[in-house]
Amino acid sequence: MTFIHAVWLAVALPLAGFLVNGALALWRPRAKGLVSVVGAGVLLGAFAVSLGVFLELWREPPHVPIVVRLWSWLPVERLQVDLAFQVDQLSAVMLLIVTGVGSLIHLFSVGYMKEDPGYARYFAYLNLFVVFMLVLVLGSSFPVMFIGWEGVGLCSYLLIGFWFTEKANADAGKKAFIMNRIGDFGFLVAMFFIWRTFGSLDLAYVTEHAPDMLLPGGAIVTAITLFLFLGCTGKSAQIPLYTWLPDAMAGPTPVSALIHAATMVTAGVYLVARTNVLFALAPLSSTVVAGVGALTALFAATIGLRQYDIKRVLAYSTVSQLGYMFLGVGTGAYVAGVFHLATHAFFKALLFLGSGSVIHAMHHAYHATHSHDDAQDMRNMGGLRRYLPWTFGLMVIATLAIAGIPPFSGFFSKDEILAAAFARGGDIPVYYLFYAMGVVAALLTAFYMARLMAMTFLGANRTGEKERAHLHEAPWIMTGPLVVLGVLSLAGGALNLPHFVGGHAALERWLEPVMEPGTKLTRLVMPEGSTEYLLVGAAVAIGVLGLVLGFRATLRRPILPARQAPADTGFGLVLNRKYYVDELYDAVVVRPFAWLSRVVLWKGVDQGLVDGVGVNGAAWVSRLAGGGLRLLQTGQVGIYVVLFLVGALWILRAVIR
Amino acid sequence: MSEAVFYIFAVAAVAGATLCILQRNPVASAMWLMSTMFSLAAIYVLLGAELIGILQILVYVGAIMVVFLFVIMLLNLTHATSDMRGPGTVGATVVIIGLLLIELLALWRYTPRRLAAELAQAPVLADPATVFAAGELSRQEAAARGVVGALAAPLFQIYLVPFEITSILLLAAIVGAVVLAKRKI
Amino acid sequence: MTGPTFLGPALGLSAVLFSLGVAGVLLRRNAIVLFMCIELMLNAVNLTFVALAQLHGASGYIMVLFVMTVAAAEAAVGLAIILAVFRQRQSVDLQNINLLRG
Repeated sequence: MTFIHAVWLAVALPLAGFLVNGALALWRPRAKGLVSVVGAGVLLGAFAVSLGVFLELWREPPHVPIVVRLWSWLPVERLQVDLAFQVDQLSAVMLLIVTGVGSLIHLFSVGYMKEDPGYARYFAYLNLFVVFMLVLVLGSSFPVMFIGWEGVGLCSYLLIGFWFTEKANADAGKKAFIMNRIGDFGFLVAMFFIWRTFGSLDLAYVTEHAPDMLLPGGAIVTAITLFLFLGCTGKSAQIPLYTWLPDAMAGPTPVSALIHAATMVTAGVYLVARTNVLFALAPLSSTVVAGVGALTALFAATIGLRQYDIKRVLAYSTVSQLGYMFLGVGTGAYVAGVFHLATHAFFKALLFLGSGSVIHAMHHAYHATHSHDDAQDMRNMGGLRRYLPWTFGLMVIATLAIAGIPPFSGFFSKDEILAAAFARGGDIPVYYLFYAMGVVAALLTAFYMARLMAMTFLGANRTGEKERAHLHEAPWIMTGPLVVLGVLSLAGGALNLPHFVGGHAALERWLEPVMEPGTKLTRLVMPEGSTEYLLVGAAVAIGVLGLVLGFRATLRRPILPARQAPADTGFGLVLNRKYYVDELYDAVVVRPFAWLSRVVLWKGVDQGLVDGVGVNGAAWVSRLAGGGLRLLQTGQVGIYVVLFLVGALWILRAVIR
Repeated sequence: MSEAVFYIFAVAAVAGATLCILQRNPVASAMWLMSTMFSLAAIYVLLGAELIGILQILVYVGAIMVVFLFVIMLLNLTHATSDMRGPGTVGATVVIIGLLLIELLALWRYTPRRLAAELAQAPVLADPATVFAAGELSRQEAAARGVVGALAAPLFQIYLVPFEITSILLLAAIVGAVVLAKRKI
Repeated sequence: MTGPTFLGPALGLSAVLFSLGVAGVLLRRNAIVLFMCIELMLNAVNLTFVALAQLHGASGYIMVLFVMTVAAAEAAVGLAIILAVFRQRQSVDLQNINLLRG
């Protein structure tokens, strides 16, 4: 039995983990040792299977996806959907990322969540999430992918609201789920269109027949792709459906690392990359994708400049970097988008887990002194370099990666995206604008990351005299995964080294069979020679400039702890309050809907119509009819006789005639 | 000749019935009903059912109506006041009776020939003698064995089971009547 | 006798007597008189049977016999019921016997 045909094991193992941990959560919540072994163990097993699949594909790269059919799911006349997994180069890459980074985060969680009473429940949900994510990336048809799509939304809700006893956390979970659902609607509508056009929902079929059955630039393909992208804006937190991601930081930090950095939010990018042929056939949609991506990248970066919660900064950073990925795939450089997806998984997970270490230490310190200060507020940190040296060093690596400094991985992926945008500008001038937005966003990214590092690790410590004694480095179970991610952030660029540094663009060649239907149509010509060097130089310069400015601006004035810090004013306040977008949504969308539900649907329809007319009305009619019929029962024999004779007459008449 | 007799008794029966339903005193009603039954008995004899006629007088008049009178006397209803129903009911009655009579008087015009024709469904009037063979048979039987004898064979051969069941019915009636009329059960 | 006689008139008389019986049932409130009118109706039916027995044979006469028997049983039981009701209500007026009112 080959690894490829056993790819279902990669899904089955975490599923078993979910079941076991779930059972333990219900009946033996204190069996933490067993939960750790099962929870992390199944992930490592899944990673092993993924490695096996990858190695087998390496030996013999397929030209068409290999479909591993499990069973028939929806056999309904023309609609024949099987529960099947599709193994090709792209799904192998995603498999490795999900199970690899996932395993590291599971190991990290063993240390991070050690003292939490909901330990077993946490690992159960985390395993379930991996199950759905793998179904998403392995799905061979849109409905199967949709199962995963919805499932990760569900697990996101469960994990964000993990500490649901605090209302704010439960609300954050609800917000995430509902915004995701709006996106899911888009996905569904796109599926309907695809079914109508192709008569099949199978990915391989659609990819093969799309150029024949769809008019390039036509209304149908534009509609399909735009609705698919609506789904992506929900799942991958782009404008306008991004506001759930910063609130999602209410969940445990490893959750933020796994779901909201490395895997779930990248599902949108994966979707676009997978359906590259459809997007290539709809240039308008691709431009929309790229434009929204660029705008989001810039917009979120500006908000990140003025956030004080360390996880919020990283959340907006994630939104911004996802914007980059969409800029990449919108341009037609699908491989660049996937490349950035991979490198971002490495360094963003590292950043989140690192911040997790920091928060872990801060929590311990505040717990020991019974202080109620916010352990996540950067204004309460400072100078932590002395106390958490490993965390500091590794986060420096991640910061350099995200800022796009060579030779770290982020440089190569970000540079490729910006180069592609620039190259597209030759055909469609608006892409020059997107390029410019991307460059400014890169500057701001470097700036706020430097600000984060400076406020957290450098300068004087603001945590407090008594707390300082309790600040210490995280245990090895937590620091170990950080090291691995650090290595990947450093060396990840090797995945797709460009030619001009002597590399072989390995990822590009590896993913070529998958992206070929799309790239054949978009005909993107990457810049070469002097243009290329110019762009690279500009990117590096921007990164360095941003970092330097960030450090200097932050450390110029002494920072006060959160308790004593002055409130923000002016434009800074607007940034801190996220441009009041949440308030806007509340007024424009939430309140009208709540009014509609309460007044129209509840009072009007439910109470008035269903209760009043339906239930009470039926009773009233019965009473009326009964009251009427009661008059027949007078108890007077005479009346009965009359009626009897009337009936007899009738029968007589019928018989005689 | 016999026609005249028939019509005399018919008129007597109708008159008796009318007075029966209109009399105020229940005893008078009972008396008039008895007279109607006598007239009917006479008509039975005219129609050739002598046994039935005698039985009518013996059973109906002699037993049933006597029981009625017993009960009326027992309940002391001899001095009753008018118990006719109101004008509404009278109106309804008139309507119903009118309809009924219209329906049923269509039967006046029937002769055996016509009945035979309808039953045989022949376009030409069929011969009643062939359609109604049973009637002729019973007459021959009556001539041979007497009126009672003609009835005996069917009663105890063909209709034996209903006969036996009727006896059970009578038993039930006896028991029921006794139980119902007791003061304390 | 040769052949059936008075078929039509006998049936007509029966119809009239039956109608009179129905009228009596509808018009009178006294329970016993009501019963008597029912007996009248039964008599009318008997007349029909006898009239047609001339054509259909002895089974007509047998029916009359059974009708008479049943009428007798019914009269006995019915009058017993009226007695029992009278004991409860001191009246045989149907207007007052209305416990079945719904």
